[in-house]
This record gives sequence, structure tokens and C-alpha cells, in this order.
Amino acid sequence: MSNNPTQPPKFTRRSLLGGAMAVTIVQTTLAKGLQVGRPNDPTKQMGVPPGKLGSRSRFETLAKSPSDISSRSPLQDFQGMLTPSDLHFERHHNGVPTIDPATYSLTIHGLVDRPTVFSLADLKRFPSVSRIAFLECSGNFRTGKDTMTPQDICGLTSQSEWTGVRLSTLFREVGVREKASWFLAEGGDAALMTRSIPVRKGWADAIIAYAQNGEAIRPEQGYPVRLFLPGWEGNTSVKWLRRIELGDAPWHTREETSKYTETIKGGKVRQFSFDIDARSIITFPTYPAQIERGWVEIRGLAWSGRGKVTRVEVSTDAGKHWQVAELQDPVLDKAHTVFRHLWRWEGVETLIMSRVTDETGYVQPTLRQLLDARGPDTGGYHMNPVTAWLIKPDGRVLYQPDYGR
Amino acid sequence: MTNPWLLIPIFLMNWSGWKAVSIHSFRPRTSAGASAGKADTLPERFGPGAFGFGKLAKPEQVAALDIDVRPDGTGLPAGSGTVAAGAVLFSAKCAACHGSGGTGGPNGALVVTTAVPGKRPAKVIGNYWPYATTVFDYVRRAMPFNEPGSLTNGEVYALTAFLLYSNKLIDEKTILNAKTLPAIRMPAQPSYVPDDRKGGPEIR
Ligand code: HEC
Repeated sequence: MSNNPTQPPKFTRRSLLGGAMAVTIVQTTLAKGLQVGRPNDPTKQMGVPPGKLGSRSRFETLAKSPSDISSRSPLQDFQGMLTPSDLHFERHHNGVPTIDPATYSLTIHGLVDRPTVFSLADLKRFPSVSRIAFLECSGNFRTGKDTMTPQDICGLTSQSEWTGVRLSTLFREVGVREKASWFLAEGGDAALMTRSIPVRKGWADAIIAYAQNGEAIRPEQGYPVRLFLPGWEGNTSVKWLRRIELGDAPWHTREETSKYTETIKGGKVRQFSFDIDARSIITFPTYPAQIERGWVEIRGLAWSGRGKVTRVEVSTDAGKHWQVAELQDPVLDKAHTVFRHLWRWEGVETLIMSRVTDETGYVQPTLRQLLDARGPDTGGYHMNPVTAWLIKPDGRVLYQPDYGR
Repeated sequence: MTNPWLLIPIFLMNWSGWKAVSIHSFRPRTSAGASAGKADTLPERFGPGAFGFGKLAKPEQVAALDIDVRPDGTGLPAGSGTVAAGAVLFSAKCAACHGSGGTGGPNGALVVTTAVPGKRPAKVIGNYWPYATTVFDYVRRAMPFNEPGSLTNGEVYALTAFLLYSNKLIDEKTILNAKTLPAIRMPAQPSYVPDDRKGGPEIR
């Protein structure tokens, strides 16, 4: 077995007990390779045999950054449009519950003809749908100091392929009544999270999702079942979904009154602000990267809760001139879209930044434009300002919190 | 908004047993974004019960979960609570995290306190919450944070009474129950407006 070079050895109990010399040697070498800090020459030793689960290279250190209430995705470490499932951001209101899929159920009742309890198996029998879309918390803007990464500034956005049953399919099955204009979505976590959602969103594109990137949804993302509302503020995509009640008015739960509302001009409070406004962020080069003179590929992500990204512009001279960046296919509806712009840096201090336009014609605003529109008392919700990065003459990159203020 | 012809198919459905005709009412009426269009895709014959997956929910199954309370008081349980009882409960079960009387602790204030000069007043029940019923609903479902779901309905009424009293929204003698709670008017309610952002060139 072990003298076939294309076939990695199988360390069965039998071969080990059999005491085959070759196997023993392989074992020792392998153990050595794993023990020393780095494999000195991978072409001179056998590699690790196949396993049950893949692993991330131990040279890769990317990680979420947890706080008491959330954990942020390392946007600056991603390549491409998808977020690895274990690096999807987390935001929950009293921890991650453990829910047994065998006893899980979703109850739909209220203004319906057939109040129904669905098991997970029932939900999986319905016609299914998949879609790649971003999910962003509407409280996704931090600022204040120049040593901040994209993860620190807006790490509460991630993108997955979500699979489940269309809520419209379930609406038909239970016979949602014409009078129903809102539904309440309730989670089965310790916060019993509740949000009121217009029924039209349920008909339009809501998904009762049970899978994420090809496997069951991760516990942090709502295992076994979550609501997924493309393009809407993350909190409305209620995780650990246990109940949907159809009604004729919103419930005004705590998460749509005390929280997830924003003060705007004239002392008004804007409520049910569901759509995520278009936003872009450069993810490279950003703090704490240091660049070298010559060609630099500026990379980033752009998205809109109102449709597709139509254009991303990049400025490398502090906003004086803007160039159209390249968009990586596929450019999907309500999805993170990768953009790139090739730039020759000659060692001069400058600011670089990006701004997105979506298919409604909305152009990502500066912080000043947001504050002018909403007044100085607006809180931290739905803030999507153009984000600038200072390139120092030595190539160090710093976040520029005061840009566009 | 009203589609008069919708009523007829729903009526038909009751005796025909054939669901196809009612489906017109199940069409999405509003698109949810510039490039929506992956909406309801099932052929018309898929109406209520067409797949038959899932079990009819028994009233007691629904009742066990259906704890939400609406601004008009729908969903409020029997029982009542006083400010005095709420004050005692609050010191025992809430003050560690929200401060004495809810004036601010590690997890934030719950009552309006005198504003610190140069600082925006904290958004709390008395100056920011539009409906009193939300206090009951939220405390019952989520508090105390370390023991959610442990309070009786009477305790929730009492704690709600104490919090509303401490925010100067009711007097000391008010007894809260399913009738008196939804009648309370909150100062912040008239400030609430629906989302006015709609995409396009204007920043809102
Ligand atoms: C162990 C700490 C803890 C205890 C004890 C506790 N709370 Fe809380 N409370 C919190 C936290 C944390 C939040 C915020 C939760 C969130 O945002 O998801 C909160 C939020 C609240 C809010 C909403 C505040 C707002 O403005 O939105 C109310 C009301 C509240 N608590 C009431 C109570 C009451 C009443 C009790 C006692 C029965 C209580 N709490 C006990 C930690 C606690």
C-alpha cells in the first residue's frame, strides 16, 4: 500500500499493528512534519491524508472580531464575493440558541385560512430556491480613529448563497387572506426576536432559508431556519424562526421602535426603514496594509439593497477626479459586487476612496450629505458614507475618519 | 387597492374543493426593489393546502406561542400590576443591570434622567418609545436578560407600571391591566414617520 506513491497511506489499525516498516516510517515523518513550525520542503515528505472536514491553512489567521453583541467579518481579508460561512458576521440579542432540528417547527397563523405547523422536513419538501445576496446590519458604521480596518468600520455585512422555500409558497399553502398587510416574524432565541414585515415583501422575494452556502445554516446564522429578506436591514431577517403571524397592522415591537429607527430632521423618528442604501468600501489597500510604489490593484466591495450595482468609481486624488472601476461578474441583484481599479502609485501622499451608483440612480453620499439630509442627531443606523483611506509617503495606509464630514 | 373580483373565487373555493380559482389573490401586488422579479412563481393551481405538507395548527398550539401584544392591546393577558409591586420587583430583578430605579447601569437607562449638558439625552421609554404596550411585550419576552421568560404576567404588568411611572407617564396609583395599558399615550408617538427613502438621486 505505502509503496504506491499516488495513493496516500491508510493508517488502518491493521496496518499499524501489522508493523509494516514503511508505514511506521511514514508515520514518524508525518508526525515530525506536523510538529515542527513549518514544513521545510513539502516536496520531500508525504502530505496529510484526506479528512472528513476541510481545514483552513494554519498560516491563515483571518478571524471575526467579537464583542458582547456582535462579531464582525474580516472584509479586508476576503477575495471575491462570498463570505466563508464561519466568517459571516453575527449580531444577536441574547446569544445563539441550540435548536434540535428534529423538534423544530414553524407555525404560521393569524389572517390565514389554514393555520399550519411545519416541521423542518415539511419545509424541505416544498419547491426550493437559492439566491446569492448580501446581509447587512443597518447599524453598520463605526468611525473615530485612523487605525480602523474595513472590518472595524463596516464588518457587519456578509454574503452567502441562501437556500430554502419562498415565503410566497408558504403563503399560498396556508391561504394568506387579502386583509393581511403585515406579518410578525418571531425567533426562538432567548430574545424571542420579533419584527413586523409588510406582507408584500413576503410575496416578493422573502425566503424561509434552511441552507447557507450548500449546507445547513450555521447556528450563528439561524439554524435550523431563518427568514431571509434580500436587501433589507439584517435584523428583519429573523433567525431561528419559530412563528409567523399574519395581521393587518404592524406590531411596533421594541426592535422597530426603541431600536432600528433613526432620528431625522425636525425631531422626527424614521421607522420601518427597511432598505439598505447603496454602499461601497475599498478592502485593499486599507489599514493596516503598507503598499509599495508601482502598480497597486485597488479592490473592494459594493452593494445595494435596492437592486444591482451599476457603477463604482474610484478616486486616487482625494475626490478631485473619479475613474470608473471594473466590476467583476456576476453583478447580482442585492448582492456584494467585487470592484477593482488598477492604479500606479508614485509615492505621493494621497487619499483613495470609492463610491457606488445603483440601478435606481442613487449615488453613495458623503458623511456631510447624510448629516445634511438627516440632521445632526441622526443615530448610527443606515449610515453608508464614502470611506477614504490615507496613503502615507512610506506606503502605510490609514483610515480617514474626517473625510467628507 | 381593493380588487372586487377577489371575493368571488375565495367564496367558490369553500365548496368546490378546487383551489385554482382563488389564486389570483395570491399574486404579489408590489415589487420590492428595482430588479425584483423572482417573486411567487408557482402555477395558479397551487392554493391553500395544495401540497398538504405540515399539520393544521391546533388552537392550543398557537396559544402557547402567541404572546405578542399590539398597540391596541390585542394579545394582552388577564392580570394586573401596581407601581409599588413593580418597584420591589425592579430592585430585585433589574436594578443590577439598569441601575437603581432604571436610571442607568451597565446595560443602560430605562427612564428619562436629567440631561448632562453637551450630551444628547439617552433614548428611553419616556422620550422615545411610541407605544406603552411595547414595554409589556418586550419585558415579557426578553427580560430579565439572564432569566428570560421567568416573569409571571402579573409581574410584567407591575414592572411595566413601575417603568411608566418612573418615566412620568402615569401616576403612582394607576393599576395596569389589559384595559388601562393600551390607553396610555406616549409623548414620542407623534414624532414617528414612515421611511421616506426611496432610492434615486436624492439623499434622505
Ligand atoms: C443581566 C442584565 C440584565 C438584567 C438583570 C435586566 N436587563 Fe433589561 N436589558 C439588558 C440588556 C443587555 C438589554 C439590551 C438587550 C438588547 O439590546 O438586545 C436590556 C434591555 C432592556 C429594555 C429595553 C431598553 C431600550 O431602551 O430599548 C428594557 C425595557 C429592559 N431591559 C427592562 C428590564 C427589566 C424590567 C428587567 C427586570 C425584570 C431587566 N431589564 C433586567 C440587561 C439586563
